[in-house]
Amino acid sequence: MNERRAPLFLERESYRQRRAIDAARLLPLVGFVALCLPILWGNGETDAGADGARMTSVGVIYLFGVWIVLIGAALVLSRRLRRIDAEQGTPD
Amino acid sequence: MGKKVLLIEDEPNIIEAISFILKRDGWIVATHADGTTAIAAVERHAPNVVVLDVMLPGRSGYDVLQDLRSVDATRSLPVLMLTARGQTKDREMAERLGASRFMTKPFSNKEVLACIQELVQA
Amino acid sequence: MQPFNILIAVCLAYVMALFLIAFVADRQAKRGQLGWLRSPLVYTLSLSIYCTAWTFYGAVGYAARSGLEFVTIYLGPTLVMVGWWWILRKLVRIGRSQRITSIADLISSRYGKSNLLGVIVTLMAVIGTTPYIALQLQSVTLSFAVFAQETSSSGWGASDLNATALWVAAGLALFTVLFGTRNLDSNERHYGVVTAIAAEAVMKLFALIAVGVFVVWGVAGGAGDILTRIDASPIAGWDIKPGRWVSLTLLSAVAFLTLPRMFQVMVVENVDERHLATASWAFPLYLFLMSLFVVPIAVVGLDLLPAGSNPDLFVLTVPLSQGRDGLAIFSFLGGFSSATSMVIIAAIALSTMVSNHIVMPIWLSVSQQGATVSGDVRQVVLMARRISIALVLALGYAYFRLSGGGTALAAIGLISFVGVAQFLPALLGGIFWRGATKVGAAAGLLTGFVLWAFTLFLPSFGSSFILPASVLADGLFGINWLRPQGLFGVSGMDPLVHAIFWSLALNTIAFCVGSLASFPKPQERLQGAQFVNVFDHNPNSQGWFSGAAEAEDLLVMAQRILGPKQAQDLFAQAAERQGKAGFLPDTSPEFLQQLERELAGSVGAATGHAMIGQIVGGASVSVDDLMAVADETAQMMEYSSQLEEKSAELGRTARQLREVNEQLTDLSVQKDAFLSQISHELRTPMTSIRAFSEILRDGGMSGDEREKYATIIHDETLRLTRLLDNLLDLSVLENGQVELDLQPVELADVIERSVMRAGIEDGLNIQRDLLREKVTVFTDPDRLSQVFINLIANARKYCAAQAPELRIEVRVQGGSVEVDFKDNGAGIPIKSQAVIFEKFSRLGDHRAAGGAGLGLAISREIMNNLGGSITYLPGQSGAAFRVSLPIDATEVVRVNQS
Repeated sequence: MNERRAPLFLERESYRQRRAIDAARLLPLVGFVALCLPILWGNGETDAGADGARMTSVGVIYLFGVWIVLIGAALVLSRRLRRIDAEQGTPD
Repeated sequence: MGKKVLLIEDEPNIIEAISFILKRDGWIVATHADGTTAIAAVERHAPNVVVLDVMLPGRSGYDVLQDLRSVDATRSLPVLMLTARGQTKDREMAERLGASRFMTKPFSNKEVLACIQELVQA
Repeated sequence: MQPFNILIAVCLAYVMALFLIAFVADRQAKRGQLGWLRSPLVYTLSLSIYCTAWTFYGAVGYAARSGLEFVTIYLGPTLVMVGWWWILRKLVRIGRSQRITSIADLISSRYGKSNLLGVIVTLMAVIGTTPYIALQLQSVTLSFAVFAQETSSSGWGASDLNATALWVAAGLALFTVLFGTRNLDSNERHYGVVTAIAAEAVMKLFALIAVGVFVVWGVAGGAGDILTRIDASPIAGWDIKPGRWVSLTLLSAVAFLTLPRMFQVMVVENVDERHLATASWAFPLYLFLMSLFVVPIAVVGLDLLPAGSNPDLFVLTVPLSQGRDGLAIFSFLGGFSSATSMVIIAAIALSTMVSNHIVMPIWLSVSQQGATVSGDVRQVVLMARRISIALVLALGYAYFRLSGGGTALAAIGLISFVGVAQFLPALLGGIFWRGATKVGAAAGLLTGFVLWAFTLFLPSFGSSFILPASVLADGLFGINWLRPQGLFGVSGMDPLVHAIFWSLALNTIAFCVGSLASFPKPQERLQGAQFVNVFDHNPNSQGWFSGAAEAEDLLVMAQRILGPKQAQDLFAQAAERQGKAGFLPDTSPEFLQQLERELAGSVGAATGHAMIGQIVGGASVSVDDLMAVADETAQMMEYSSQLEEKSAELGRTARQLREVNEQLTDLSVQKDAFLSQISHELRTPMTSIRAFSEILRDGGMSGDEREKYATIIHDETLRLTRLLDNLLDLSVLENGQVELDLQPVELADVIERSVMRAGIEDGLNIQRDLLREKVTVFTDPDRLSQVFINLIANARKYCAAQAPELRIEVRVQGGSVEVDFKDNGAGIPIKSQAVIFEKFSRLGDHRAAGGAGLGLAISREIMNNLGGSITYLPGQSGAAFRVSLPIDATEVVRVNQS
């Protein structure tokens, strides 16, 4: 029974590893979209001073917020991926 | 005392014809119609000359001739071979095996007689 | 003491500290005590050379002018780093496994170790980087000037600025030469330099944060107040330009990959692939911290300082304006660090490229004796590096003098970015697309370079310099479509976005089309496969055949490039691996390949290949040759397989011919035998006839005798006639020319008639079953009867039993009838059974039969013609024949006769 359980565990582990790789590949794309999102915000040029205008202060908070989230995600993923890289070398 | 001829031939009419010719010339004629027992017939009859057909039942005339030539007693026994297959290779075969003379059927009676006489005198 | 003098002193102390750090780190590395030198932290910090003086000073200026747009320059690299699994991981693996020394080397190596590409990339890198170096010199001199103006009344003239720039350039050159070309290491890693760079990274980060913290909490009243101040500042509105936002983010991402200095620290200086995982989040964090206070500093600077102040220098001028000289000096050191670290690494990267791809190939081809001459090639390489470093810095200085230092810092940085971004298609295509070729890479690079120069680089000098104003306004040759900033009629685009778009788009198109249209050489394909599939297999490019290459020669050469100790160690290790410890290693292909890699690590792939090629020379075979040989072999194999096929065909034909020949021979033998038989069959009765007719002619015999002999002659002539009849009959039957008279007939009648005609009066007892014989068949009764007669006659003739008996049995079997003739004689011996149906096959003494042995042969032919058969039935008590015939012969006969 032990012999049977071991591969089952590995199966699950390698499945998780593969999803980690997927996540790592997805991260920059998600990041790019998130960072370009302000383009689609309401335009401050047309009606200056309106409430919907893009404010630099808001932009600072938003961009740096996204940025720190990206860094956090990369930190989590890098721990996992480094292990994968060390273990199998060529996961793809 | 006439000389003795052993005629080894299987065609009855030809036996009849040759026997007639030779007897008319004063020969003693013995006949034998089978290839397998031909050697025994030669030993039994001890002829002065043998007339041997090639196409014999059981054993061919060539085989018989070969056996005759391999034994001292009959090594120099005159043998006239007769064949109905008049091809060159048959003649060569006969000469190689040591036939004294070779004649093709149909033959002239005179020639056969002269040939046998020659063989005995020689 | 005046702040300026203090500045000079601190500056000198800092530089000396850097020298010391570099020296100590080098010493430690030499002793093998790498320890913290190869930590992920150092690697991450070394990446910070991305943040140059442009970042340190320029970002604030950029923010003061354009608000948040500056941040895109850091967002791009962040995306590249967090997406390291895509590209960086592969680049680093390739760089390590192929011992890549620079981005030029990577591209050259990928496309078949092409030196042409190496030269193109090197020149582009030099042209693209020179303004950047100038930018660093400018920033340092400007920051000096700030202090000088602030603190001394003597004033700084332009000549002082130039002198400063010269001194800085010279100092940097000295440092770079000292630590960048100390050793010619096959790993091309510079622990001392990298460690110093890491220290500088810490310095600039802390300096900027210190200024930021001072601004936020010292000048303003904390984070909330800063946000309020931002809202009140001239850059409160976020004037986002979508095109520029996206383009700049992507451009900075691309430049992060393709900048020669980034490639140097990221790939070449990488000591452990796992460091990349750490850097993937740590470096974005570094960038994050570097950018965090940029907007606050800009806003506060705009607020505090008089209008018209240079925003590029806010990082210095804001603390100075608040009387914080210490902070300002700290800040200055941060800026100084930013500038120097960039210049040092850029100089190392460029000098490696220049010496490996331009100087060494020229030296190799110029020096008559080639790589085997005595003299230290290592010294030549190092000298080439040193001269290259000096040259690069001199070029930077010259550009600084030429451009007059007036342009905004950020602009130069972006121009440089777009320039090096042209490497991208060749780089990414090279590592992801096996179909990318040298021709495509060269086409893409040149196209991109020309467009970059035309749309961005040359216009940046301003009108009338190189590009006349008329060209700028009306296009090249007055063609409106060829305006540098409105190419192909595209106008209204931001000039930078315009340049990025056209240069990269056409570059990529040229690259793809060139690749698709050209056919790569074998070595390119080999390298391409190794690069693209770097994770799939251990890199094992086949480079060399072992041959008469002398290990001594190789050692002599290797010593000159790698240095005596390292080369000897390498050879000793190789010898040990081959089980020849203490001797020189065999020049096995593996060893030659390893050696080439080591050399490539020092002088680049193309040069390393060429140098080994010179020594191993004719005794060796390059990959090209190898592949050519392989092609030839393949051709020969194809040829030989064709030959084989042909010979097999010949064999088949020969076999067929042999078969035909055998058949012909058989036929000839059969014909001879047949003629011989015919001759015999004819001559035998003729002999009797002739003999007896001669006897009759002689006369002299009794009437009885005469009658007897005449009868014999008569019989024999009948026999002859019968023979001839049979022969003719057989001939007709065999040729299928027989005319059959098919009619319905009762089988019993046919058998009855046959028995009558066979003449069995001499006592052959025939047993029949008349009831069973009542079968009506549609056949030729005469011919069938002929067969039956033959069989009955044979039984009569050959059955040797005392009471000869013949049973005729009839049986209907499906659509045919079987008639068996079985006698109670001895039967036919097994060995004879096969031949009884052949012509003239007579068994035993047949003379009594008076036949020529054609009866059964004729019977068989008749049965064939009637669509039936006649066979001998073995295993019966006596001789047994089975005649089988179709009940209705019409169909079969028609088929047979047609």
